[in-house]
Amino acid sequence: MTAVPSDVMQDARVELQGTTKGALEAGKNRLLVVGALFALAFSAIALRTAEVMVLKPGQPRAHGAQMAGAPPNRGEIRDRNGELLATSLATASVYADPSLIRDPDAAARKIAQVLPELNEAELRAKLASDKRFVWIDRNLTPRQQYAVNRLGIPGLAFEREARRVYPQGSLVAHVVGFAGVDNRGLAGIERFFDQSLIAGEAPIALSLDIRVQHAMHEELSAAVQSFNAIGAVGMVMDVRTGELLALVSLPDFDPNHPGSAPPESRFNRATLGTYEMGSTFKIFTVAGALDAGTTTMKGGYDATHPIKIGRFSIEDYHAKKRFLTTPEIFVHSSNIGAAKMALDMGVSAHRAFLESLGFTAPARIELPEIGAPLWPRAWREVNTMTIAFGHGMAVSPLQIVTATAAMVNGGVLNTPTLLRRETLEENAPRVISPQTSAEMRKLMRMVVEQGTGKSADVPGYRVGGKTGTAEKNGVGGYKKKALLSSFIGVFPIDEPRYAIAVMIDEPKGNKETYGYATGGWVAAPVVGRIVRRVGPLLGVEPVEDPAPEQKQKKGMVVTANTGARPRMGAAAPTLAGMDAAAPPLRITAPLGIAPPPGISAPTGISTPTGISTLAAY
Amino acid sequence: MNPFARNDTGALGRWWWTVDRWTLAALAALLAIGTLLTLAASPAVAARIGLDSLYFVRRQIMYLPLAITVLVGVSLLPAREIRRVAAITFLFGLILMALTPVFGHEIKGAKRWLALGPFSIQPSEFVKPAFAVVAAWMFAAGSAQAAIPGRLISTGLFLVVLALLARQPDFGMVVVVSAVWFTQFFLAGLSLVWVVALGLCGAGGIVVAYLTMPHVASRIDRFLDPASGDTFQVSTALEAFASGRWFGRGPGEGSVKSIIPDAHADFVFAVAAEEFGLFACLALVALFGFVVLRGFWRLLRETDLFVLLATAGLLTQFGLQAFVNMASTLSLMPTKGMTLPFISYGGSSLLALAFAMGMVLGLMRRRPLHAGRS
Repeated sequence: MTAVPSDVMQDARVELQGTTKGALEAGKNRLLVVGALFALAFSAIALRTAEVMVLKPGQPRAHGAQMAGAPPNRGEIRDRNGELLATSLATASVYADPSLIRDPDAAARKIAQVLPELNEAELRAKLASDKRFVWIDRNLTPRQQYAVNRLGIPGLAFEREARRVYPQGSLVAHVVGFAGVDNRGLAGIERFFDQSLIAGEAPIALSLDIRVQHAMHEELSAAVQSFNAIGAVGMVMDVRTGELLALVSLPDFDPNHPGSAPPESRFNRATLGTYEMGSTFKIFTVAGALDAGTTTMKGGYDATHPIKIGRFSIEDYHAKKRFLTTPEIFVHSSNIGAAKMALDMGVSAHRAFLESLGFTAPARIELPEIGAPLWPRAWREVNTMTIAFGHGMAVSPLQIVTATAAMVNGGVLNTPTLLRRETLEENAPRVISPQTSAEMRKLMRMVVEQGTGKSADVPGYRVGGKTGTAEKNGVGGYKKKALLSSFIGVFPIDEPRYAIAVMIDEPKGNKETYGYATGGWVAAPVVGRIVRRVGPLLGVEPVEDPAPEQKQKKGMVVTANTGARPRMGAAAPTLAGMDAAAPPLRITAPLGIAPPPGISAPTGISTPTGISTLAAY
Repeated sequence: MNPFARNDTGALGRWWWTVDRWTLAALAALLAIGTLLTLAASPAVAARIGLDSLYFVRRQIMYLPLAITVLVGVSLLPAREIRRVAAITFLFGLILMALTPVFGHEIKGAKRWLALGPFSIQPSEFVKPAFAVVAAWMFAAGSAQAAIPGRLISTGLFLVVLALLARQPDFGMVVVVSAVWFTQFFLAGLSLVWVVALGLCGAGGIVVAYLTMPHVASRIDRFLDPASGDTFQVSTALEAFASGRWFGRGPGEGSVKSIIPDAHADFVFAVAAEEFGLFACLALVALFGFVVLRGFWRLLRETDLFVLLATAGLLTQFGLQAFVNMASTLSLMPTKGMTLPFISYGGSSLLALAFAMGMVLGLMRRRPLHAGRS
C-alpha cells in the first residue's frame, strides 16, 4: 500500500520518491529494533517491580540510611514465670505547626479540655509562637489520641512513638533498669542486653520470681521504715543453680520515670555497692579452715585474751575469756577465735581460699552496675586476722550470697545469674569438699537454733544462717552508730534450696528491739518473715521439727510475752554462749572507744536444756 | 459510546473517526491515574513543607483542563500545521531558554524556570518535543531533496539545544534530548559506523559529565556503591515497594510519601506501589509500554518519513522518560530527577507532555491517501 501514493505522484519527483521510499523502508526496519528495545526495557521494569514487591521484598539493592519514623520494637523482659517486667507500647505523640493554627486561644482551650494535665496558658503560648514545630504532648493513650483527633484542629499531627513500660514499677527497678526516650537501655538488664533487646528477639526470661521479689521488697521496705534505715539489700538465690529469684536494693525508683529519682535511688547496693560485711564473713573463715584441715569441729582456740597487734587489739565484744570450740567460735561469733583460726590456716592459704570464692574480682552477672571489691594489696597477718571476721575487705552483697550458696550446696561455686537457667552450670568449680559443706550447714543451723539468728527461724523450714553487724568506715575511722546489719540465711538447711541475704544499711534501733540495731535484731527477723512467705510458694515442704526446736520456739514466745529485756553476759554457763553471739565484732583502738551496744538474741532461753524447762511451763 | 456519527464531517467528528482511539484511551487513563496519585501523594508532601494539604492537588486540577485542551487541540491539527506549531514553539523556547539564566529563578541549584504570572514554566520542557519534530522535519527534508542539508541543520540545532541545556545545567534533559535525537538519526538512515561513533560520543559525554559535574558524579557513585553516600530516597522507595505486596496497603495508607521529599514527583511510582500494590504497578507499566509500542506498530504502515521520524521521536521521548523514572525509583539505575509522564505532579511538565502527545495523536491520525503528503 505504500506504493500507491508514489504512483500518483508527479513524474518529476519519481526519482527522489525512490530514495524517500527506500529511507522509509529502512526506517521501519530500524523502528522494529527500537520497538524491541522498548519492549525489553518495559519488561525489565515489570520484572524488577515484581521482584522488589513480592518476589524478594525487603532486600533492597541499595541500603544505607535507616528508615526514619518507624518506632523500634524493643524486646520484652519477663520473669521466670512469664510475668511481664518490661515491654514497649506503640503510642502517638501530638505536635503542632503553629503557623497553621488559626486561632491559638480556641485551640488551646479545646486541647486543654481533652488533655486536662496540660496547662492552657502554656499551650496558648506554644501555639501562638512562630515556630514550625512544637510538641503538645508525648505518648498519648489511644483514647486521648482519638479525643485530640476529634477536635479537628488543623495544624495538629501525630507521630508514632514507642514507649517503654514497666508494669511492675519500682519492684524490679534495679534488676530491669530502664531505657531512655530514644529506646536505648541506660541501666540494668535493659542496658546489659541492649543489643538483643533492640533486635527485638524473643523476650528475655529472667531468673526472678516476681512473687518472691514482691515478698522481699515488702519486708525490706517495712524494715527500712521501722528502723529508719538509709537503705537495704535483699536477695534470694537458688543455691543449686546460682539463679537469683529476688534482688532488691532500697531505696529504689520507678523506672517509668527514672529522671525524677535522685541519683542515690539509682544506686544498686546489691551489686555496685561493696561493704565490709562483718561477721557473716566468718562463714568463709570457718569453712576455709575446716576444709584445709587446720581445724576441726572438735578443735578450738583460746579466746581468753584480746589479740594485740601494734596499735590495734582484737576483742570479743562479750568475751568468754576461755577456750572456745569451733562451733562456739562460729555461734558466738568470736573475733579472737576467727582471727586465730585464719592465722592457723596461713596467710596465703586463707587469701587463696577467698580468691577462689571470687572475692578479689568484680562479680560476674548480667548487670552493668558491678562494683569492684576492695582488699589489701599488701596482705599481711594483720589483714588475715581482720578479714577473718569481716573487716579489711569489702565485697558486694551479691558476692556474699553467691559464696554462701557454695558453702551449703555441697561445695560448688555457681556463677550467679539473673537469667533463667535451664540446666545446671557445667564446670562450676568446687571450692570446698562435700563434708565441709555438711559441717557448715550444721554450724549455720546452730546459729539459728541457739545463737544470734533465732528470729530467722521458721517452724518446719529449718533455717540456718549467720548474722553480721559491721560498723561502717567513715571519716576518721569506724563509726559505731553507723551499722551495716545483715543476716544470710539458708533453707531448708538439711538439703538447701535457697539462700536469702538481707542487709540493712544504718538501721536505728527502735522500741521493739530495745534500741538494738544489730544483724540478729533487724535483719534476721526479715529473713524469717520472707521464708515464711516464700517457702510455700517455692514448693519447699515443711518438715516436722525435732522436739528441742519446738520447745525452743515456745520458749521464745514466752520471752516475748514477758517482755524480758535481753541481758548481756548471763552467768549460767549453759546460757553464756547466747549473749556473746552478738555481732559487733570490733577492732578497737587502744584508746578504748566504747564498743557499740551489744547485740543479743532474746535472752538466755536458747540453750536447749534450759529452755525445755521454761517452755514446759 | 460514540459521540459522533459516522457521517459527521465537522472538525471534531472527523477527528474522532481518524484519531487512534486506543492511544487516546491509554492517555486518558494515565491522566486519570496521575490525578488520583497526586491526590494520594501530594497532601503528605504539602503538609511537610508547610502548605495547605490540597495545595498541589488544586494546582494539578487547575492544569488538567488546560492540558486536555492542549492535547485535543494539537491533535486536531493536520501534520503540516503540527510541524509549523512545533517550529514556532521551538524558536520561542530557544529564546526563553537563553533568557532563563538571566531572568529565571533558581530551584534546587538550577535555573530552569521562568515565572509567568501565577505559573512558572520550564521552557526546556517544551523545547524537548518541539525539537524532536523539527529534527524529524530536517531529516525527512534532507532525505527527500538532496539540496537540503537536513542532517547538518539538525545536528547544528541539536548542538545549540545541548549548549543551552548544559548552561542551566540540566543533565537529565541533555540525556533525553540526545537519546531522542540519536534515535531519530538512526531511523533516518544513519550509517552504522556513525551509529557506533555517536554511541561512543554519548558514553564519552556521560564520562565527561561524571568528571566535571559533582552532582552527577555523586549520584552515580551512590548507585554503584550505596555505602558511599546517602541513599535515603532510594532505599526508602524500595521499602515502600516491599510493603506494597500484591494489593498495596490501600489508598492513603502509604508512609513513603511522608518521608521522601519528592514523593509526588520523582518517586510517585513508589507511592503507587505502596498504596495500590503490584497489579496496579504492572498495569501502569503496561500502559506506558502500550502507548509506545502501539504507536510504533502503527508507524510500520506509515507512508510519510517525516511523520514516522517525528512520531517515533516523540514516543521515544515519552517511553524513555517513563523508563528512566521507573528504573531509578526501582534502583535499576542512578537516580535522575525525571518525571513519570502524566503521573508525576508538575504543571509545566504536564502541559509539555500534553503538547507532545497531542502532536503524536495528530500525526498518527488516519489521513486520506492523497492528503498524507506534506
